[in-house]
Amino acid sequence: MIDLGQHAVFIIWAYIGVAIGIAALVAWTLLDARQVNKKLKALEARNPRRSA
Amino acid sequence: MSLDNAPKLPWWSRIANPGQFVAMTKPFLWPLTALTGALFIIGLYYAFFNSPADYQMGDTVRIMYVHVPNAWLSQFVYATMSISAIGTLVWRHPMADVSMKAAAPLGALFTTLALFTGALWGRPTWGTFWEWDGRMTSTLVLLFIYLGLIALWRAFDDQLRAARVIAVFTLVGAINIPIIKFSVDWWSTLHQPASVFRPDGPTMPGSILTPLFAMFFAFTFLFATLQLKAMHTEVKRRRVAGLQRRLAQGDRP
Repeated sequence: MIDLGQHAVFIIWAYIGVAIGIAALVAWTLLDARQVNKKLKALEARNPRRSA
Repeated sequence: MSLDNAPKLPWWSRIANPGQFVAMTKPFLWPLTALTGALFIIGLYYAFFNSPADYQMGDTVRIMYVHVPNAWLSQFVYATMSISAIGTLVWRHPMADVSMKAAAPLGALFTTLALFTGALWGRPTWGTFWEWDGRMTSTLVLLFIYLGLIALWRAFDDQLRAARVIAVFTLVGAINIPIIKFSVDWWSTLHQPASVFRPDGPTMPGSILTPLFAMFFAFTFLFATLQLKAMHTEVKRRRVAGLQRRLAQGDRP
C-alpha cells in the first residue's frame, strides 16, 4: 500500500464510506428483487391461469 | 393477418410492454456487471498505485476519484429522472415512470456519497467539513428533493396516478440542476470551478485524468446496472400488485 501522507485518515474514510454505501445499495437492490420475485412466484402458483 | 405477417414493431414500441422490456434487457445485466467490476478494478489500481500526488493538495487528490463520479451521478440521475418525467407526461410511455421511480433511491445515495466525500476532502483542503456556499447548499437541496420524491412514491397506492403527479414535481425540481452546475460561476464559493468539463479542455494532467475517467465510467456503469435491475424489480412489483388486486376481488381460476 502506498503512503497516503498526513491526511491518510480522510482518504481512507472517504473510500470506506463509499464502499459501505455502494455495498448497501447493491445489497438492497438484490434483496428487494429477491423478495418481489418470491412474492410473484407464490402468487402465480396460486393463479396459474394468469401467469400463463 | 396472422402472427407471421404482422408488422414488426419498432424497439421503442416493443419496450413499452413491461414484459417485453424485461425480456429484452435481461441479457444486458451480466455483461454490465462484469464491465462495472473491471472498471472498478482498473480505477482503484490507478487511484492508489499508478497516479501521482497533486502538487498542491498532495494525496488528498485521491478523494477526487470517488467524489467527482458521485457528484456527476447525483446530477446525471436527476437528468435521467427528468427525461423519464417528460416520457410520462408527454408520451405516457409505460416504462418512463418505472425508470423515474427506480432511479430516485440511486440518486439519493450518490448525492449522499458526494456530500460525504466532499466533506472529507474539504477538511484537509479548506479547513472545514462544511460551508453554506452555493455548490454545497444546492447539492444538499438536491438530496432533500430526492428524499421528497421517494416519500411521494410511497404515499400513493396507485402508482400510475402517482407517476403523473411525481413527474410534475420532478420537472419543477430540475431547476436545481443548472443551479448546482453554475453555482461556482455565479457566486463566490469555496468550491473550485469546473476543471474537467470545460470548453478549453481539462486543466489536469493525464496521470490524474486516467484514474478519474476510469472511476467515472465505473460509477456510471454501476448506475446503469442497478437502474436496470431496479426497473425489472419494479415491473414485477406492479405485476404482484395486479395479481393481489385480482385475488382480493375474487378473480380465481
